[in-house]
Amino acid sequence: MAENAINFEVVTPEKVIISGNIDSLIVPAALGYLGVLSNHAPLVTALEIGVVTYRQDGKPKKMAISGGFLEVVNNKAVVLAQTAETEDKIDVSRAQSAKERAEKRLSERNADLDLLRAEMALKRAVSRIKAAQ
Amino acid sequence: MASMRDIRRRIKSIKSTQQITKAMKMVAAAKLRRAQESVVSSRPYSEKVQDVLGRLAASTKDYSHPLMEQREVKKVGLVILTGDRGLCGGYNANIIRMTEHMIAGTDKPVGLVAVGRRGRDYFRRRGIEITEEYINIGDNPTYIQGKELAKRLMVLYSEGMFDEIYILYTKFKSAMSMMPKTLKLLPVQPEEGEEIKEVEYIYEPSQAGVMNVLLPSYVETTVYQALLESKASEHGARMTAMSSATDNAVEIIDKLNLTLNRARQAAITTEISEIVSGAAALQ
Repeated sequence: MAENAINFEVVTPEKVIISGNIDSLIVPAALGYLGVLSNHAPLVTALEIGVVTYRQDGKPKKMAISGGFLEVVNNKAVVLAQTAETEDKIDVSRAQSAKERAEKRLSERNADLDLLRAEMALKRAVSRIKAAQ
Repeated sequence: MASMRDIRRRIKSIKSTQQITKAMKMVAAAKLRRAQESVVSSRPYSEKVQDVLGRLAASTKDYSHPLMEQREVKKVGLVILTGDRGLCGGYNANIIRMTEHMIAGTDKPVGLVAVGRRGRDYFRRRGIEITEEYINIGDNPTYIQGKELAKRLMVLYSEGMFDEIYILYTKFKSAMSMMPKTLKLLPVQPEEGEEIKEVEYIYEPSQAGVMNVLLPSYVETTVYQALLESKASEHGARMTAMSSATDNAVEIIDKLNLTLNRARQAAITTEISEIVSGAAALQ
């Protein structure tokens, strides 16, 4: 194990996405992006829809998550997310069409529009596209 | 003794039943494999959520969230997870029996949230209040389904329809063994592990903010996990039941074959002795 490694795990209800040692981590926390290095103080935070960036073996890697929370304790960071996709698993064209669909719905502003839901869909799509880039 | 024609007819009918049970067994086995995979792969998540919640609750003793608040119990809600179909051994019966125990054991009024046709039909016939029902969950419950059910339960709890909600499900161990279980869902009572250390956490945005995300998510996962466990158990129970039904059919067919042969033998013997005695009479 590297000297400054953090044990990192991303778990969704469907399965464990990643489990391994990483050097650093940036997550979309409730109050904005937040970085975690080794020996971080114990922390619990809610996560927003967005992109998680982490460095593993010196290489930066990205992942799209849609909400959840992060717990850091004893050099162990656990992300519990509703969904999480690593950059190589993202279907960009699907995200793109989801983005367009959500944008269209938001711009039309129908009376029966579920504003919150459409906005969430848009956010998810944007974060997927960002993570895949 | 039954005539040869009757025996042949019975063998034929048992053979066709055996074909059906065999097919059902194979279908259940295939579904079980998938259900088992999703149970196993979703366990880490629910364990982690429980973990985090337990540690958080241990270090925030003075804090109370609406979903954790203990109220005077005026009405108890029971969520019973049964299958939509029968022919699965004791799977449905176990949950139903446990539910009856719970109802008999409390002096408070009870409302049922019936998931699965079997449990609903049983308790409806007996005139027990069914507050909500969820039929046709399908063979592979999704997280969305679990989430919707959980949301509904949280609404029922916070609106005061129920002051306590228990969930009755079947925990999956293996295709052969499963355990009916009761779990108190609401109010949320984090399990008090022995080695939980009190940790001074930094909360972002705040303790309440974290709890607001964590608690509903805990309820959702617990419900989802219970759905998965129950489905896997149902397929397992059906597979075992159908497998033994097929074995029994083989046994009965063997026995009937023996009787058939004996009857045939007896008929031949009679015929021979008739011929012989007929010939003897001519001499």
